[in-house]
Amino acid sequence: MTQPVSKTSVLAGMTGRALVIAGLVVIVAACLPMVLSSYQVGLVTEVLIFGVLAMSIDILAGFAGRTSLGHGAIFGVSTYVVVYATGQAGLSPWAGFALGVLAATAVASVFALLAVRTSGVYFLLLTLALGMIVWGVCLRWTQVTGGENGMRADVRPAALMSHSAFYWAVLAGAIVVSFAMWRFVRSPFGLTLRGIRDSESRMRSLGYNVPLHLFIGFTVSGIFAGIAGGLYAMFNNFVSPSTVALAQSVEGVLMMIAGGVGTLFGAFVGAAAIIVLENIVSSYTERWLMVLGITFVLIMIFAPEGIIGKLRAITSRKVR
Amino acid sequence: MSLFQLLNGLTFAALLFVVASGFTLIFGLLRIVNLAHGALYLFGGYIGYSVAVKTGSFVLGGIGAMAAIAAIGFVLDQGLLRFVRGNELRQVLLTLGVAFFLNDLALVIWGGDSFTVPIPEMLRGGTRVFGTFYPIYRLFVLGMGIFVFIGLWVLLNHTRLGALIRAGVDDAEMVEASGVNIRRVFLFTFLFGSALAGLGGLMGGAFLSLYPSADAEILTFSLAVVIIGGRGSLVGVGIGSLLVGLLNTLGQVMFPELAYFVIFGPMAVLLAFRPLGLFGRAT
Repeated sequence: MTQPVSKTSVLAGMTGRALVIAGLVVIVAACLPMVLSSYQVGLVTEVLIFGVLAMSIDILAGFAGRTSLGHGAIFGVSTYVVVYATGQAGLSPWAGFALGVLAATAVASVFALLAVRTSGVYFLLLTLALGMIVWGVCLRWTQVTGGENGMRADVRPAALMSHSAFYWAVLAGAIVVSFAMWRFVRSPFGLTLRGIRDSESRMRSLGYNVPLHLFIGFTVSGIFAGIAGGLYAMFNNFVSPSTVALAQSVEGVLMMIAGGVGTLFGAFVGAAAIIVLENIVSSYTERWLMVLGITFVLIMIFAPEGIIGKLRAITSRKVR
Repeated sequence: MSLFQLLNGLTFAALLFVVASGFTLIFGLLRIVNLAHGALYLFGGYIGYSVAVKTGSFVLGGIGAMAAIAAIGFVLDQGLLRFVRGNELRQVLLTLGVAFFLNDLALVIWGGDSFTVPIPEMLRGGTRVFGTFYPIYRLFVLGMGIFVFIGLWVLLNHTRLGALIRAGVDDAEMVEASGVNIRRVFLFTFLFGSALAGLGGLMGGAFLSLYPSADAEILTFSLAVVIIGGRGSLVGVGIGSLLVGLLNTLGQVMFPELAYFVIFGPMAVLLAFRPLGLFGRAT
């Protein structure tokens, strides 16, 4: 962002080089189903979905300085609504998807109303507690949510039944959503959020309505988490309380941190790292949560700047 | 709400108080939000259960649970948290990782079945309270809650250590500058707070039973208590526990499936007016 940008090579704020890289990544990603097995395509689909979730968390953590531990719940509410709407209520998948995102947005705005007055650890605690309440409701409200057994429904639209068709649809969705988030954090509104992250009191004295900005930022982030949740419903055709559980939020936050806080697209790297790790670990042992906990502790102690940041630090040390 | 339900709410509040007071002590003094507190509760319950079953003594179970959890607290504080001192966010997320680890470890050791800590002969059965038949054990929990409250109050307000802790809550650097080894006070507080979680695990394990997701539930309630009561305030925890305990019982009576929502309402109203909780102070 600091390097001078010539007007001609700019498309929607992207420099020529970034455009080329983004284009290459998209082309490679689009070709993946031709070389990978259907199982691996499923994994990459999962990476994309969770990458979107991690990005939505990064909007708040990286650009507004507020780490949310409630986004797994927002994500999961969308999953629940999509599965319920298409399975129990018999709506079309598209209508279900729209309802799911809407519900996630509503939940996010309620979370936001309460959380915008807090910062730092209090924000973390509050979003955690709110997420747990959602989890508790999903677990106990058996008539609607199916309780611990969860719900199953064929959510995926008929056109997207094959692995690769669904993958391409998710890829297209992820590209659109990533672009939207990227524009969002670079908009004047996003810059205001960054100002709030760096100095809330200064932004307030400059006349910015800090709570309102945070409220909108949180709600918008919730929309994206909801989109990820809706896609996950189509991916899995199943939902249970573990989808809204704390572990979901924690995994999202871990992916975001592993990719690098404030890097936005790093979220996909983080998601890939965690999901690959999860699959490798799961093939050897059932103790994934234990490994997740240990990974979390190790990253907090040794690489809080994320995998990319750590690599960057190591390589720059070598160059010198 | 009948007297029976009122007593249920009060006894649950007493349990919450024991667990959440440890949480808020650590939060208040060390500025560490220990999200592994719920896992420590569950672990304490399981260890207390095992000891109580092996030895046949409830008291030994309690001592075992408190000692074991204090030991885990020692490892957590000295072995892990020391690497991330001064960075609140990293501390919180680290304890969260520990919580996952402990929870899964408990699943490996004790499996997924639910356990109930055996109640000692003396506390079995029921008694009449103002004409209502009520289990003695739950009254014992209520008594323990009050006992812990008084104990903590005396400790904090009438001992030198308590004075140091209170001073540390207000300004740890100043205490250190006046020649006190505040690190030792910190460590003691951490171990003591953890031990309270262990004690809570044993107490709760005897009437709420122990199962793999019990740690998340108790952590949610503790968080609500601390959010309502405010950081590091004993009275705040007391009032927060009473509110959450009674509201939870009320919620379970009136809307059994949405009981969680009922603690959410007051928390929301309170936060709108006092973001730092009833007795919380800005730092």
